[in-house]
Amino acid sequence: MTNLALVFPEIFLSLSIMFLLILGVFKKNSSKLIQNISLIILLITSVIILNETLGIQETLLFNSSVVIDYLSSFMKIVTLLAAFLVLVISSNYLKTLKIFKIEYPILILSSVLGMMIMISSNDLIVFYMGLELQSLALYVLATFNRDQLKSSEAGLKYFVLSALSSGLLLYGCSLIYGFTGSTNFNIIANQLNSNEYAITFGIVFILVGLAFKISAVPFHMWAPDVYEGSPTSVTLFFTMVPKIAALTVFIRFLYVPFLNLIDQWQMILIFLSIASMLFGAIAAIGQTNLKRLIAYSSIGHVGYTLAGVATGSNDGIQSSVIYITIYILMNLGLFSCLLMMKRNNKYFEDIEDLSGLSKNHPLMSLSLLVILFSLAGIPPLAGFFAKFYIFKSVLEQSMYFLAIVGLLSTVVAAFYYLRIIKIMYFDKEKEKYDTDHSLWLKFSLMFSTLLILIYFIFPGQLIEVVSRINII
Amino acid sequence: MNFPILSSLILLPAVGALFLFFTKSNKENNITVKYVALFTSLVTFFLSVYLWLLFDQSTSEFQFVEDRVWIKDLINYKVGIDGISILFIILTTFITPLCIISVNNSIKNRLSEFLIAILIMESFMIGVFCSLDLVVFYLFFEAGLIPMFLIIGIWGGTRRVYSAFKFFLFTLLGSVLMLIAIISIYWISGTTDVVQLYELGIDAKYQNLLWLAFFSSFAVKTPMWPVHTWLPDAHVEAPTAGSVLLAAILLKMAGYGFIRFSLGLFPIASETFTPLIYALSVIAIIFTSLIALMQEDMKKLIAYSSVAHMGFVTLGIFTIQQQGLEGSILQMISHGLVAAALFLCVGVVYDRMHSRLINTYGGIVSIIPKYSVLFMLFTLAALGLPGTSGFVGEFLILMGAFKDNFLVAVIASLGVIIGAAYMLWLYKRVVFGKLVNSDLKQMVDLNKSELFILSCLAVPTLFFGFYPEPLINTIEVSISNLITVYNSNLISN
Repeated sequence: MTNLALVFPEIFLSLSIMFLLILGVFKKNSSKLIQNISLIILLITSVIILNETLGIQETLLFNSSVVIDYLSSFMKIVTLLAAFLVLVISSNYLKTLKIFKIEYPILILSSVLGMMIMISSNDLIVFYMGLELQSLALYVLATFNRDQLKSSEAGLKYFVLSALSSGLLLYGCSLIYGFTGSTNFNIIANQLNSNEYAITFGIVFILVGLAFKISAVPFHMWAPDVYEGSPTSVTLFFTMVPKIAALTVFIRFLYVPFLNLIDQWQMILIFLSIASMLFGAIAAIGQTNLKRLIAYSSIGHVGYTLAGVATGSNDGIQSSVIYITIYILMNLGLFSCLLMMKRNNKYFEDIEDLSGLSKNHPLMSLSLLVILFSLAGIPPLAGFFAKFYIFKSVLEQSMYFLAIVGLLSTVVAAFYYLRIIKIMYFDKEKEKYDTDHSLWLKFSLMFSTLLILIYFIFPGQLIEVVSRINII
Repeated sequence: MNFPILSSLILLPAVGALFLFFTKSNKENNITVKYVALFTSLVTFFLSVYLWLLFDQSTSEFQFVEDRVWIKDLINYKVGIDGISILFIILTTFITPLCIISVNNSIKNRLSEFLIAILIMESFMIGVFCSLDLVVFYLFFEAGLIPMFLIIGIWGGTRRVYSAFKFFLFTLLGSVLMLIAIISIYWISGTTDVVQLYELGIDAKYQNLLWLAFFSSFAVKTPMWPVHTWLPDAHVEAPTAGSVLLAAILLKMAGYGFIRFSLGLFPIASETFTPLIYALSVIAIIFTSLIALMQEDMKKLIAYSSVAHMGFVTLGIFTIQQQGLEGSILQMISHGLVAAALFLCVGVVYDRMHSRLINTYGGIVSIIPKYSVLFMLFTLAALGLPGTSGFVGEFLILMGAFKDNFLVAVIASLGVIIGAAYMLWLYKRVVFGKLVNSDLKQMVDLNKSELFILSCLAVPTLFFGFYPEPLINTIEVSISNLITVYNSNLISN
């Protein structure tokens, strides 16, 4: 008998989504109400996970197609909290653009549900189901500002390319099923015959699909366009939340069924990682739009995260998880600033619009300064520690080439972060921005900046939390 | 250990900066802001002097050690000082208040932010000289980039953006390799604690690569030829106080790093690469001295002379002789005082005439006599006249070098002559000669604060020139211990 209590968070979330849909249909002008209920639902779900499943041993459910363990519980909580923060800071933006509709929180909740299924999946089919659920919600979110050409274009582009990658991914799944006779990760692990090259093909196809979802080079082409075209609050969601789920799947897919084939996939991951780090750093230099720049910078950060996965060790996985957590924190602050950049209810997103920010908005520019130096990985800010853990685990496996390329690309990346700082601090000031920001927006900026700033006082805490992740 | 004196030394300026952050800056309370900063830095200075009094000169052990778990099983927050580090700490805490006094005329806007940057910088630099864990060291070493980048970029001259970027990217590029080396050491030896590493030693087969990685960072920071090119740019564009900090303290971090880490951790590799260092040092001494001769910008000239002086320092360090090492440290201290003073001297005339070009000036001796006297003193100290602190360092370095390698020492001695040439020529062109530019007649002599700062620097320059005993006593035991350990490690491997 399956213990349904362990999947209660998912059940609760899906029932809530249905309830909200009905509520939205029958009650007029309920966007604010639904927004607030969604926030509460996200919090309740994360509290349930915190209480019910975080502490338990690895448990397999539903014919072992779903796994509940520390990794999945931790990543779900991160996902839920990130979604909570996204939702809470985007309401002002949506109101300004006049797209504050009931669908927005519901779509976010559905994609979060999809991600939670992905995170818990122990079976290719369950995994695919979760993936499609989250992607479908994301397509709609990308086009959410449907009267704007760019937003529609972004959604369509994302849809077409994502469908293609899903196709590749499914082909990979079918190959693996064909040669092992099962879609279950544990059974695949037992049935594995490493002489079978078709399995390697299957792994490659699935990795391509996953790399697409996490926007790793060379499958990143959609990211800059989609990030630029989507409404900023949706971009924020894109840069943070789906990456958590994709990373978890990366880890679980590679380490549970295919750990024995590490020789086959390690090279691929190293390549993905190096290409993402280098390309992200170099391509960002020429950007003039902040959202595009953030897109390339997030590609770079994905590269560092994958470097941890490529190590094939528990340390590496833990460092990747730490990296993505800190990265989310930094991105949150970055986008809070972006969402504050409006004059007369019009948002600005060119780098030049930050010009002389430090004169007019000293606190905001100081926060942005801290966040940018942290993204560049300069000590003693949190971003440095994230990189430090990654390279510590990379060097443990004596992967010197990866470490050297990675650290050299941080120098290149530092250049474009410095460019933003230069524009903020060294250039002439422009007109002031509006200051009527919501309290939550200010809070999230303060929150992320302070955490980044004082992370060095208690770096051990996060490690301790993450150190219970034990996959191998 | 009862009172964490080193940690409080590190934290004090940062706390002052935090306090400044919450003080609203406007025209009226600019004075308040300055007094808060000055007060903080003075307290730090007196605390460090007190530390020197408590310091036991008869042992080479690390003192005032604090060891706390920072990240479990990974990094310990470990600080402690020996005879070498304490001098640098005092240099840092001595120069910073002078910088703060000197901002009177040069910094017009965003004064409180500037002072915050300087105080934060002081915290980081004291941290560099105290840290006894490689990761902690790296943290402080790199963190200093942030305030310095802002100091050059916000308050700098016309080409400040270019210089700030060049400074930041050059030093970052050098340092990331050091980070790889530090993590590798962790995996090779299982610890990043410097004291433990001294005892354990590092396997000979790794030493060369690790040494090179550390070298890449320190060489950029020192700076050594051919990666010195960021320094003239950074110096020229930085505001006076920034130049002073850069020359007096930032450059010393690398010299300190060479002594503490390159020699201490990798003796075999240091032995192997000594010819490389000699070659680069000698090139730096001769080549950059010749470049300095040709400069038309005063700040640039002094910047190049800094490179040459640091060439002497690296040369002295790698003689691995008692005299050479002592000379290097004295040279660094002396250069910290003298270069700081020279940049301040340039700042004084720049504030009045808004030109750093040598040919703007000439014949100012009768207009501003007090200035000319003090400028003379520091010029002579820079070229190493006996009786100034510059002489002691250079003399000891050359003595050490003669013991080790005759040819190198002879060439380096030639550098002393060129050094005298460019400094005296600079002085002649600026201070003596005919008064051609009639605008110069408007110049006023040193005001009280300028006079005070320059005298503060002149006193130790002269004092340690005649009587270097206190400095030498402080470092002697630590250095002889360093050399003993170095030689025994060399033999045991």
